[in-house]
Amino acid sequence: MIEVRQLRKRFGDQQVLDGVDLTIEKGESLVIIGRSGGGKSVLLKHLVGLTHPDSGQVLVDGRDISHLNERELLAVRRKFGMLFQSAALFDSLTVEENIAFVLARERNHPPEEIARRVAEALEMVEMPGIQKRKPAELSGGMRKRVGLARAIIYRPEVVFYDEPTTGLDPVVSDSIDKLVVRVCERLKVTSIVITHDMRSMQTVGRRVAMLHQGRIYTTGTPADLMASTDPVVSRFVRGISDEKEHTF
Amino acid sequence: MTELPAKVIQSVLAGLGRFSLMVAEVVRSLTTQRLSGHDLMNQLYFIGVKSQTVVLVTGAFTGMVLCAQTYFQFHKVKMDTATLAVVSVSMCGELGPVLTALMVAGRVGASMAAELGTMRVTEQIDALRTLATHPIDYLVVPRVVATMIAVPLLTAESIAVGILAAYLVGVHLLQIDPGYSLVNMQRFTDHRDVLMGFIKSFIFGGIIATTGCYKGMHCGQGAEGVGHATTEAVVYASIAILMSNFFLTLLLTRLLALI
Repeated sequence: MIEVRQLRKRFGDQQVLDGVDLTIEKGESLVIIGRSGGGKSVLLKHLVGLTHPDSGQVLVDGRDISHLNERELLAVRRKFGMLFQSAALFDSLTVEENIAFVLARERNHPPEEIARRVAEALEMVEMPGIQKRKPAELSGGMRKRVGLARAIIYRPEVVFYDEPTTGLDPVVSDSIDKLVVRVCERLKVTSIVITHDMRSMQTVGRRVAMLHQGRIYTTGTPADLMASTDPVVSRFVRGISDEKEHTF
Repeated sequence: MTELPAKVIQSVLAGLGRFSLMVAEVVRSLTTQRLSGHDLMNQLYFIGVKSQTVVLVTGAFTGMVLCAQTYFQFHKVKMDTATLAVVSVSMCGELGPVLTALMVAGRVGASMAAELGTMRVTEQIDALRTLATHPIDYLVVPRVVATMIAVPLLTAESIAVGILAAYLVGVHLLQIDPGYSLVNMQRFTDHRDVLMGFIKSFIFGGIIATTGCYKGMHCGQGAEGVGHATTEAVVYASIAILMSNFFLTLLLTRLLALI
């Protein structure tokens, strides 16, 4: 469904992506792991078409989206839903208006249908009855749930999650992970999760790709990576820093 | 040593290029996309209705001080009754549109840059794009259209209040003859002066909104980036208004003379 070929991106002197190759099949649940600042979010932005590569291709259903203009990309993005690291809810709108945003802009849905679908989406993320609240009144975990409701209300084919558990306590993180799994199973969507949280990786991932030095270093199941004897993988999954290397 | 000027020139040209592309996208959106009436009304309320106080106070006090200063000079040569004519012509063609635009740039241009800048740094603009919505259609076009409608209306109010305030000061405080003053005002104020004010304020509205939106949409990271964008939106819009006013005066005087 999504294929990345030799993707390269440089910001100033830093080569962030240096020939990424990755294939994501329809319906799969892929977790992309890697060090902070290692280019995971940049890769995700390329997959959604928010950033253009210096070279390489991103094929969505066989169509290269890497050089489409913003208006051409809008139609492609209709297949995607994305949960941002900060949830990125629109401050000026209520929870209901945030979730209904796409449906309201399409102008062909009656208000009753929009209200019903918003209620369903909130039910799915276990946040019923908060339609009239403003994002500023919500906690971090609640904002992520509302962000997810906004991303799934129009039934996308692929849902992208940019570090969904960052900044949350372990209990809330676990509940978000379980929610990601449930959404994937119930809606039969392809899930692509960016994280450096190993617990998250094991809960939500069926396949894991590790990004290291701008390339996909290895892929496998979560169990494969946890049992890996490769020093780079092993150090990362166990959270052991290399004293010879700057880790910040 | 030549690297620094080259970098500055490159940066200025790149900025102008991005600004031109944004304006072109606004025009494309206006001609191909349907503008949401709800979004437009929201912006009209914020830009037009909420700017009334500042614009009316500016207009009134500008008219009053202009009347007083003109009277003090004209009184020496016994031309008291030409005072309101000078106020009227100045308010319609120059002071009304320019001061209204500067006040709106300070209030609305800054607000647009800060709001859009905050949306950019908190990934809300990226979120819009993933929700299959072009940021120009949703954020920029309603603001540009609303500002280009609101500024001429605010200017008309400012001119009317300025002349009224000048009349009150001139007639009741400075004891100028009201009859001759009104006749002179009507005699010397041409419909071309009013038209010039309207055309200018329409263009100033476009300058305020496009500068504010551009600065917000392309602001740097963090609170510092939003702060810079807000300051630059007001400074650049104010300079552009004052500079374009000079050229518009020359151009419109020639063009309107043909009517």
